[in-house]
Amino acid sequence: MSVTLTVNRKRIRLELDPATPLLYVLRNDLALNGPKFGCGMGQCGACTVLVDWQPVLSCVIPVSDVSEHEVITLEGLGTREAPHPLQLAFIEEQAMQCGYCVNGVLLTAASLLHTNPEPSEVEIRRALSDRLCRCGAHGRMVRAVQRAAAEQRPSRVAKR
Amino acid sequence: MRRRDFITTSGALVVSFSLGLHRWAEANDPPQELPGSLRDTPYLDAWIRIDGGGEVTVFTGKAELGQGIETALAQIAADELDVALERIRMVTADTGRTPNEGYTAGSMSIQRSGTALRYAAAETRAILLGLASERLGRPAEELEVDDGHIRSGGAEVTYWELVGEQTLHRRSTGSVAPKDPARLLHVGRPVQRLDLPAKVFGEESFVQDLRLPGMLHGRVVRPPGYGSRLESVETARTEKLPGVVKVVREGSFLAVLADREDQAVSAADRLSRDAHWSGSVALPRDGQLAELLRELPSTRFVVSEQGDPESTRELAAVSIQAEYSRPFIAHASIGPSCAVAVVRDGQWTIWTHSQGVYPLRDALAGVLGLPPGKLRVIHVDGAGCYGHNGADDAACDAALLARAMPGRPVRVHWSREDEFAWEPFGPAMSFRLHASLDAKGRIASWGHELWSPPQSFRPSARRSTLLGGRHAASVSVTGAAPGSWGSGGADRNSIPPYRLGQHRIVAHMVSDLPVRVSALRGLGAFGNVFAIESFMDELAHATGQDPFAFRLHHLEDGRARTVLETVARRSGWKGDERSSSGRGHGVAFARYKNAATYCAVVAEVSVESGTGKVRVDRAWAAVDAGRIVNPDGLRNQIEGGMVQASSWTIEEAVRFSSDRISSIDWSGYPILTFESAPNVEIELIDRPSEPSLGAGEAAQGPMGAAIANAVFAATGVRVRDLPISPGRLRGRWIDSGEPERAEKRPKSD
Repeated sequence: MSVTLTVNRKRIRLELDPATPLLYVLRNDLALNGPKFGCGMGQCGACTVLVDWQPVLSCVIPVSDVSEHEVITLEGLGTREAPHPLQLAFIEEQAMQCGYCVNGVLLTAASLLHTNPEPSEVEIRRALSDRLCRCGAHGRMVRAVQRAAAEQRPSRVAKR
Repeated sequence: MRRRDFITTSGALVVSFSLGLHRWAEANDPPQELPGSLRDTPYLDAWIRIDGGGEVTVFTGKAELGQGIETALAQIAADELDVALERIRMVTADTGRTPNEGYTAGSMSIQRSGTALRYAAAETRAILLGLASERLGRPAEELEVDDGHIRSGGAEVTYWELVGEQTLHRRSTGSVAPKDPARLLHVGRPVQRLDLPAKVFGEESFVQDLRLPGMLHGRVVRPPGYGSRLESVETARTEKLPGVVKVVREGSFLAVLADREDQAVSAADRLSRDAHWSGSVALPRDGQLAELLRELPSTRFVVSEQGDPESTRELAAVSIQAEYSRPFIAHASIGPSCAVAVVRDGQWTIWTHSQGVYPLRDALAGVLGLPPGKLRVIHVDGAGCYGHNGADDAACDAALLARAMPGRPVRVHWSREDEFAWEPFGPAMSFRLHASLDAKGRIASWGHELWSPPQSFRPSARRSTLLGGRHAASVSVTGAAPGSWGSGGADRNSIPPYRLGQHRIVAHMVSDLPVRVSALRGLGAFGNVFAIESFMDELAHATGQDPFAFRLHHLEDGRARTVLETVARRSGWKGDERSSSGRGHGVAFARYKNAATYCAVVAEVSVESGTGKVRVDRAWAAVDAGRIVNPDGLRNQIEGGMVQASSWTIEEAVRFSSDRISSIDWSGYPILTFESAPNVEIELIDRPSEPSLGAGEAAQGPMGAAIANAVFAATGVRVRDLPISPGRLRGRWIDSGEPERAEKRPKSD
């Protein structure tokens, strides 16, 4: 069977079982590295992608469920040439150790900033509460989100 | 500089150069005491190579585990060589290319690899300056180096113009002194990690991201429990599933290979339901770990002894005894273990996130019945491991499956459930401490007994503990006799840093443990420091002394005193503020391994009255790691260690049913979240003239004890068994009640 989906602003048609979890399609058919396999049961958030700017756990959602929606992965959020403010902020704050959970944390934060450009620390921590980090880089990642929010603020841009 | 080359080096080519030669050289030439890992790998070109195009390649046998070691070592080499950081390409842990530096473990990388690179780079620079002096006809002292360009007056020559094929193929003398720390440009600065941009932009970074042409996906069907054997399996239904290429069975090792990963997952599920197993091993019941450890057969050894601590008890003003324990703790990596292997023309290549590519190579050679020279084991970044987790086992799984499909690369990625059920856990430990204090409240005698299995069962040439190999051979995966494994670091930090008077420290090494265990970050230090520093707090409270002042009274080491005084100032320590208000502060201190980084911690906790739920609100640490290579990297390690130890201390314990691991997902094994992780503040004390000290495992012990001490300050309840879960406080904490005390022995005892 075939499935059509939009990933990182590209329309793609694939021959596969529509019940296949989105994660395997992104990693194996589209060779994307951003979404990670962490648990396969929607508990850790390492597999997060954005579907219409909402964080979605790609390990438990069938690929056919997103065919009418826009999927964005870490690769589609920004690149070295055109980085998203969060990607820059994560580098500036050195906001990780191993980096395996960063995909889920960063994309979930991107969704938060999309709807709430000036979140408080409590709001950031609450938005990230289902994203697990084992290295203990939580504080740095929260600071990185705060930094990205500050960088995005129009007043800051105007001052430059 | 980024390590993008694992794809391009995917052939089975085994490169050998000076690594093989030095053993021969040493046989003829008695080895001198060269610094760091130069002792084992003395040739300069095993560490540093400069090609004609101006690229400087730095080799290390240590692996990037998310601790930032690749960057710290690049800083050290760039400084001593006088080249730009951007010019350096790092090659890490690869049995085909790098020195054998054993495991990346025990907070030793800066001390061992860093020291080797410091001296090798300094000598390389001196050799090249000597050549430049001849070429330019100027004395070496008049030459200046800027990013590999050597200048004097108007004349210039570069490292890469001077260096020939054999220039660096010589033994290090260890006699060229590294630079004065004051002249270093990169060391001591918060240089950004080299590997981070790739991870933030979703580029290939991890072994999980490795994709080779024609690669198959393998999934292993593990037995239901430790003691299970595979009796029979019906494979027909699995073999008919879409994408299934092969079912592999060897003894009790059962696996399936498929074209797609999701097909392999479905096929393994089918195969699991068609497999019949027999046998089981009874597992410890919750709450009886300490009893279990003391009942199992054990061998006793004395870690340290001075006088007879029993003899002073009767004379003492106060004599106190208390028992502590820590449970089995999972490494619980966010990314389950993964590896890729391929065998082509009798040559094997295995990509792994193992902490020790050489020992793994030798262990795999044993499992496969091959000479080690047929295998090349290459480290590729994985998710953080925090010790010996499933990484090596996944490599063995991939190798066994590659053998079943010669010529095809095979990727194995463990399921979350298998990662939790089959990783070797950080071992449970039990402790009994006693001390006597004199009339002035000073420690007159100290006793410390610990019960633990050996703490490290890493695979090696001598012994393969690899899961797949053991299942294939139907050999037990647990219960190794301790005699042949030593303590594995169970006694680490069991000797307190304090003036003790008479003391005896004894380790009981337990055998026949029915649980698979191995090294977890800090080994025995986490449990020993938790016990010692909790007990110090108990002694202080029992004699009406401030816990902070009590420690200082017994500490002579100036650097230890400084970190304690610093953390007291930083946290605004106001003396012993014991209350039953539900909020409190606790202090603890340790010097990791009694020889590495000094770390003192103050934790602030609040305990919810009703539920007994502990929350670590804030924590402060003061840290002395000698000369700091990368202050931000050090800070990151300490922060992470404090947060991880908070999770160990208040959340974590492996759970068992009668014969299974029952904590096999994140709901059964919860860890701290973004909402519960404390904010931490760290003060670093740089000592540029002192040697750099390992820091990756410095914070865990002090953090655990500081939390326990803070919980006591907050509630008056002393929790001596980890984790400090709500159940341990519920019903014991009575507002405004009298604080509980350790068992105080009357003199007539």
